[in-house]
Amino acid sequence: METIMSILIGVLFAIGTYLVLTKSLLRIILGTSVISHGVNLLILIMGGVKTGGPPLLGLDALSFTDALPQALILTAIVISFATTALFLVLSYRAYKVLGTDDTEQMRGNENE
Amino acid sequence: MNNLVIMPILIPLITGLLMVAFRRKAVVQRFLSVVALGATGAVSLVLMVQIKDSGIQTLQLGGWEAPFGVSMVADMFSGMLLLTTSIVSLLCLVFAFYSIGKEREAHYFYPLYLFLITGVNGSFLTGDMFNLFVCFEVMLISSYVLISLGGTGIQLRESIKYVLINILSSFLFLVAIAYLYAATGTLNMAHLSERVAEAGQNGILTAIAILFLIVFSLKAGLFLFFWLPGSYSAPPTAIAAIFAALLTKVGIYSIIRIFTLIFYHEPHITHLIIGIMAAVTMLLGAIGAVAYWDIKKILTYNVIVGVGLIMAGLASNSTVGLTGSMYYLIHDIIIKALIFLIGGTVITLAGTSKLKYISGLIQTYPFLGWMFFIAALSLAGIPPLSGFIGKVFITEGTFEAGFLWLGAIGLITSLMVLYSVMKIFLNGFWGDSYLDEEKKGEVKGILFPLAILTLLTIGLGVGAEGIYSYAELAIESLMNPLLYIEAVFGRG
Amino acid sequence: MKEPNDVILRSVTKVAVLIILTFAINLFFSGHHNPGGGFIGGLAFASALTLLFLCYDIETVRENIPVDFKAVTAVGVLISVFTGIGGIIFDRPFLTQAFDYFQLPLFGKTELATAVLFDIGVAMAVIGTAITIISSISEDR
Repeated sequence: METIMSILIGVLFAIGTYLVLTKSLLRIILGTSVISHGVNLLILIMGGVKTGGPPLLGLDALSFTDALPQALILTAIVISFATTALFLVLSYRAYKVLGTDDTEQMRGNENE
Repeated sequence: MNNLVIMPILIPLITGLLMVAFRRKAVVQRFLSVVALGATGAVSLVLMVQIKDSGIQTLQLGGWEAPFGVSMVADMFSGMLLLTTSIVSLLCLVFAFYSIGKEREAHYFYPLYLFLITGVNGSFLTGDMFNLFVCFEVMLISSYVLISLGGTGIQLRESIKYVLINILSSFLFLVAIAYLYAATGTLNMAHLSERVAEAGQNGILTAIAILFLIVFSLKAGLFLFFWLPGSYSAPPTAIAAIFAALLTKVGIYSIIRIFTLIFYHEPHITHLIIGIMAAVTMLLGAIGAVAYWDIKKILTYNVIVGVGLIMAGLASNSTVGLTGSMYYLIHDIIIKALIFLIGGTVITLAGTSKLKYISGLIQTYPFLGWMFFIAALSLAGIPPLSGFIGKVFITEGTFEAGFLWLGAIGLITSLMVLYSVMKIFLNGFWGDSYLDEEKKGEVKGILFPLAILTLLTIGLGVGAEGIYSYAELAIESLMNPLLYIEAVFGRG
Repeated sequence: MKEPNDVILRSVTKVAVLIILTFAINLFFSGHHNPGGGFIGGLAFASALTLLFLCYDIETVRENIPVDFKAVTAVGVLISVFTGIGGIIFDRPFLTQAFDYFQLPLFGKTELATAVLFDIGVAMAVIGTAITIISSISEDR
């Protein structure tokens, strides 16, 4: 299970990196969200995959899965949700003001 | 248990939230933010006294004992940084009253400013790796909005780079945390320190340490600073000043914290890498500062030189070097705020940031000119100003550790820094005045925070002996991780 | 502008929104011991509101729900923070929670916990943030 998941995480990171390196702002944002999924999976795997019941009261399981990685992922998801939303709004504004979503054309020192 | 530890986070947070929930007039918001930052400063002062009297103060959130809960830890190092942060942020805020403009005030400038301080204070106080990430994000998300607030073309262009680079480094941060959790099974810093010491810092842990170093270097502008000059010259003066004063310092604080508390077992690998990065950072930063003829660019490259110098003190891994780093860190927070505020004022008054088109400002604005002169000397480390004492200790530390090249680069770049700021002074303030009398801008209110900051840099230099007892305590807790661990686990 | 023909969407929305809202409240209260809680409940609540935004235009929904969602976020976080401060007042660490069992009419023996207050704050913050983001992205065209 860990091996398959590691490969999947690698694939997600590769796709994300490829997308971040493209010129279009929208693809860059999609790239960051693909990477964020890779990161969340990584945290889950690093905490150890399922070793017992879910950590809930009232379940008579002998052993429980470590709940900390899940709590970390929840927090990480919320934060990446917020940053992605902010990044989207920001690039939309930049597209409106600068008239382009091509990072190649955003270079240079004009507008200063 | 000491609930005062959480207060520097809670006070600005609650004040900022109240401002968003009940949108009041700008005057009320100004008053509230001054009160909040003043109260934060007072709390940090009380905390410092408590730490001095009865050791490191801790708080286990929700009563969950370490290492299971989130610990907040205030040792003298964080206490001193908290106090400096409160003072400098208060002064930058007063500067913002006169310069930020109605438009930005209406778009939640003050709440965002307070959230930024919340994140900074949180990063200084937390004793948990993941909580450090959360505090970083609080600070960064506020800074994303602050840097793009107003929405001019250049701001949007630079903010996109800034946001992207920080989002990616946040992902790296999470990756590093995941590896660390897999390798050690804990995220509480004190517990981490214990476990790493027990297991010995093997290759995997050193690799994780380097990953953390990369993450924090991206935030601190240590070697990986390519994003910094652009982003710090885009926003308005008050915001740029608080960024230059605080944001990189949080990264520096984190590097110092984890490499003195957790990963201190392999200094010939990690600290050497830090030393090399510091040397390259200083050199490149100084070259940038000398080469440009644009006030904003010169000042932002000076931020980079400062980061390199502070890290050189850490690289020496000695008491003297760390003492120097701490003095210089506090000096750097004050002086970067001061010099950015003066530089911004000059640009506003002259209407351009190109040095070639500015001259003779000192005839119209003598106070501004002489304050810049003092700031420039302090930045370069001329005694008796505050930059001197830190630089002496850092150089001594690097020589002691055998890093002669590092100390030498630190001294050479100091000269280059002096040249770069004197270039501003000679071209901008000296020479024939070209401003007409009627074009003279109003600087009265602005001068007040600048004067206080100037007094602080003189006071910190002359009175360095006075805060030495505090500095000694701070360095003691940095050099001896056992003090920190015992305080967190309540065994002390 | 020509009115789009979305009778099916509108009819379904009228029923579905009620179901989603009920489910959101159910999710919210099942939290604490079972899967659920403020965050997911708030998200489900926000998704119902988003469905309304999709189906009717923003102005109509704004008229019918005249709430400043930025303020909702702030009030939500304030509620959560003040629940934490409750611990400080009783000289416990910040964020300490308490619970006890009470005999209530109608419900019988019920567990009441301060964590629910905290969760209400979280739910409000999530609803406010989600709606603020969606409306600020879709605002100008």
